[in-house]
Amino acid sequence: MKIAIASGKGGTGKTTLSTNLAAYIAQTHPVVLADLDVEEPNSGLFLSGSPIATEDKFKMVPSWDAEKCIHCGNCQKVCNFNAIISLPKIVMVFEKLCHSCYACAELCPAKALTMVPEKIGTLKAYKQGNLHFVESRLDIGQEMAVPLIGQTESWLNDHFPDALLLLDSPPGTSCPVIEATKDVDFVILVTEPTPFGLHDLTLAVETMTTLKKEFGVVINRHRETGDIVEQYCEQNDIPVLACIADSRLVAELYSQGKMMYKSVPDMQQALDNIIRFLHLPGGRQ
Amino acid sequence: MKILFTAQGTGWDAKVDPRFGRCPWLVVVDSETNELTAVDNSDSSEEAHGAGPKTSRKVVELAPAVIITGNGPGGNAATVLEMLDAKIVTGAAGKTLKEAYEAFTAGTL
Repeated sequence: MKIAIASGKGGTGKTTLSTNLAAYIAQTHPVVLADLDVEEPNSGLFLSGSPIATEDKFKMVPSWDAEKCIHCGNCQKVCNFNAIISLPKIVMVFEKLCHSCYACAELCPAKALTMVPEKIGTLKAYKQGNLHFVESRLDIGQEMAVPLIGQTESWLNDHFPDALLLLDSPPGTSCPVIEATKDVDFVILVTEPTPFGLHDLTLAVETMTTLKKEFGVVINRHRETGDIVEQYCEQNDIPVLACIADSRLVAELYSQGKMMYKSVPDMQQALDNIIRFLHLPGGRQ
Repeated sequence: MKILFTAQGTGWDAKVDPRFGRCPWLVVVDSETNELTAVDNSDSSEEAHGAGPKTSRKVVELAPAVIITGNGPGGNAATVLEMLDAKIVTGAAGKTLKEAYEAFTAGTL
């Protein structure tokens, strides 16, 4: 089973929930947590383990051969992303803009463009007890998260085909989120009961509805029953899986990179609720 | 000498656009004749990615000796413009083309 932990707004508690849920389940059952927020992965701040794999990840980009080029300008014409610019005496390739579609190379009449690998990031995997933790990190200066997210998902499918997979997703509703959630069975949308939190939750709900995903909401920094997020979920028949109360202790533990379910009963209750709702292993049955 | 402006319109009263890649018009002044030629750049301004290189490609074709703009070209655009060896003058955003041209010729831009 694959579950994505996503949100519209950033900073609502995706990583807090992902790491606590993974570590809590791992007390008794095997689980894999992958941080797919490749532009800013931070689950690793809260987890430790023995490294079991490190792999550089690449995307294919064109390389120009000046001697073969006949300067017809076709490569520029067929590129939808302005990643290749044909000037009178030179062809310039902007690797960071390239979507690896191969059109320029395949359609070059002089065969002056060949596709070569460019490193875009690194995948690392760790193991601690029942918990496998996988993190991919985009190299500095790389602009496109989607290829690295996709390759990380393929790696997960190859190495953990039948595992319980928790995917800590990027925030927002754009391409990286679509890529991170496209194959999952359920999406947990983490939000906070503020106007910003609600606004971005409605965008995330629209996105997941369009993708025909099953989803539910976790309200973090919860203060009072019947808040604006609860009202919205009730009006739209969206299940609220759990609420995590706003507390200074949670913030303190977070700032120290510590797990919360051990010392915050409210967090443990929230995790139990999620485990029960999704029929996951572990927790207090 | 050809002087190119990133512009919000086509005439002397149009404002210099602060953006390089996404400016709606590229306006070239021939300093011998003071004649204006405007090139539509709306296709670049609507690009999701790579507006800088695309606009630069047009600028290289127009081959100006001077480029007057606002914030200046970004990294990708600047790489293409290196082919041109043009002088790039920034900080003209908000001025009309006439004001920017006069300031440039007076050496105060």
